[in-house]
Amino acid sequence: MSEMKKIKNLKEFSTSADRFEGANLLCPGCAHSIIVREVLNATNDDLVLSASTGCLEVCTAVYPYTSWDASWIHIGFENGSTAVAGAEAMYKALKNKGRLKQPDRNPKFVSFAGDGASYDIGFQWISGCMERGHNMMHVVLDNEVYANTGGQRSSSTPIGSSTTTAPAGRVSYGEKKNKKDMVSIMASHHIPYSAQVSPNKWKDMVKKIQHGFSVDGPVFINAVSPCTTEWKFDPKDTMLLADLSTDSLVFPLYEIIDGRELNITYRPKNVVPVEEYLAAQGRFKHLFKDEYKHLIKEWQDRVDDNWSYLQRREEARV
Amino acid sequence: MAFDKMELKDIEVWDGNFAAAQALRQCQIDVVAAYPITPSTPIVEGYAKFLADNYVEGEFVMVESEHAAMSGCIGAAAAGGRVATATSSQGFALMVETLYQASGMRLPIVLNVVNRALAAPLNVNGDHSDMYLGRDSGWIQFDAYCPQNAYDLNFIAFRVSEDHGIRLPAMVHQDGFMTSHTAQGVHTISDDDAYNFVGDFKPMNDMLDFEHPVTHGVQTEEDWHFEHKARQHNDLMTKVFPKIEEVFTDFEKLTGRKYNIVEKYDTEDADVAVVCMGTSVETAREVATEMRAKGIKAGVVGIRVIRPFPFMQIAEALKDIKAIATLDRSAPGGTVGMLFNEMAGCMFNLEKRPMLCGKIYGLGGRDLTKAHLVELFTELQANVDAGKITTPLQQFIGVRGPKLSYL
Repeated sequence: MSEMKKIKNLKEFSTSADRFEGANLLCPGCAHSIIVREVLNATNDDLVLSASTGCLEVCTAVYPYTSWDASWIHIGFENGSTAVAGAEAMYKALKNKGRLKQPDRNPKFVSFAGDGASYDIGFQWISGCMERGHNMMHVVLDNEVYANTGGQRSSSTPIGSSTTTAPAGRVSYGEKKNKKDMVSIMASHHIPYSAQVSPNKWKDMVKKIQHGFSVDGPVFINAVSPCTTEWKFDPKDTMLLADLSTDSLVFPLYEIIDGRELNITYRPKNVVPVEEYLAAQGRFKHLFKDEYKHLIKEWQDRVDDNWSYLQRREEARV
Repeated sequence: MAFDKMELKDIEVWDGNFAAAQALRQCQIDVVAAYPITPSTPIVEGYAKFLADNYVEGEFVMVESEHAAMSGCIGAAAAGGRVATATSSQGFALMVETLYQASGMRLPIVLNVVNRALAAPLNVNGDHSDMYLGRDSGWIQFDAYCPQNAYDLNFIAFRVSEDHGIRLPAMVHQDGFMTSHTAQGVHTISDDDAYNFVGDFKPMNDMLDFEHPVTHGVQTEEDWHFEHKARQHNDLMTKVFPKIEEVFTDFEKLTGRKYNIVEKYDTEDADVAVVCMGTSVETAREVATEMRAKGIKAGVVGIRVIRPFPFMQIAEALKDIKAIATLDRSAPGGTVGMLFNEMAGCMFNLEKRPMLCGKIYGLGGRDLTKAHLVELFTELQANVDAGKITTPLQQFIGVRGPKLSYL
């Protein structure tokens, strides 16, 4: 039987993650480790994990050390999802044949990947895993940039962000394209559950992860992961940025059941203007020059439009 | 649910693909992750049908690309069970990244590669161009000359690959269409004998042993990467051949069929010989016999194991021969053929070195005829008589238009 953790308060929550060690090489203030701990913390069941190439992978499994006290595999940049799918297939095969070493266990299969490894190079592999219906969860650590290779744009990078391959300059405001809507794309695979989560809305997140672990089939989770290095903010402000992203509705929290039914799971009491979210990060600094100020208004319009769309979808119950 | 046994006749008429599929069934593969590509597709189709008919128990993961096929196989192998797949040509090319990861993680997987040309121009027929894409990836590579070999070498590949002292993935190559789609009588092994030969899969560091969690596929920079690669290389160079010899001997005890790392044919007293792989070996043997009737002492050396490359065995087989031609079935892309290159490497330190020339043949499925080989043996004899190489070092055989030769 599935074993979900019963967690009463934040203190208990923060000290109960024991399968991902604090000893790792991630930057101070990196949200990746917080998200990983929250995911692993949602269950007492055994885990079969993968990481695609990225910050999380290179910072947590540097021979002869490992930060993982759970089965873990890394193959390449694009195929962490398929590695877990292969392990899940083997689990089914050995279970049917009665050859599992510990047949009473109910392992959870999870792949972690950054936005580059999910939205871009790993896109096809994840789509394949979702379509084939593996009993697994794919978690995107979405920091909206190729952070591991030094800050290049990905298809998750939002418009107006200055990156090393889409830099702001004398005649450019940086990234020209808007962020790919990965949750909708994945939900369109008609998977049982997909959701956006934020590490600082930990109760909402744990609830979603536990729901994801309880369903039969593929689950897609997109977690906002503020990046001190590439978003350019003080490491102590990670959770402030996570809050600004959800409270400005730039990164709204919702879930999609069976690829159709959308539920908004968090409605900020006081919606923060997008300007405040942008102003808190160095990557958008140039947008506050006179010539680009209209972009901030466009940003706000886009966020408002998306929020309205999500509410209409929720209301329509289709 | 237990699977059903299949009654096989002592000799079945199978093509190379079906022979390989039957071997996978008899080994009771736990997971196959695959993506179809001509001419290898019938191997995994065979596995799917065996599953559908309850002749095998396992999981068939029909993935969305060959890269994902090997990625799934790696995840499955790391989880601790018997894993196999098949591919060809462009699909093999797409897999190459993951081949290094499978061997670097020391995961036993058997990959049937049905050799085929590489585009452009697009071509579905057999040559060995794809084979060489994976030759430095740290896999063991066996070469089948006929459907019988394709069947037998799969059992041998699993035994070697899954051995706890080896734990390196293995490929079984066969020629596209010429072997994969040509039916011949294949001597079979019973289901029980076949499974007993490969044995139960014995997991090691498997991800489904939750009492002993394991980290696979770590990062190693300059302080450890070299040691890992060197250890893997050392095991390939020193452990694999003794293991293969042992398994060949066990296989001979079971079936009476004797395999050798280097397949020598009439080489003991030969003046001239060709060195080749795949279907051309059997053609060359037939022509060599005919040449002997004409007074030319001809021999053939077939390479059975491509990786690790049997340098010493080949040097030993060829040291007393006067003139040799290597038959390369791949476009060398601006250099000498792969076999020519490796042959030169293994003979360079011999006191008495044979004359060596390289022939490129059969690209994109072009036939290698007996007439081509008669001409080649005659040319080699002319070199022996003249005491020197009288033709260019590199020549194309059977290409339309003017003769192409270099060096």
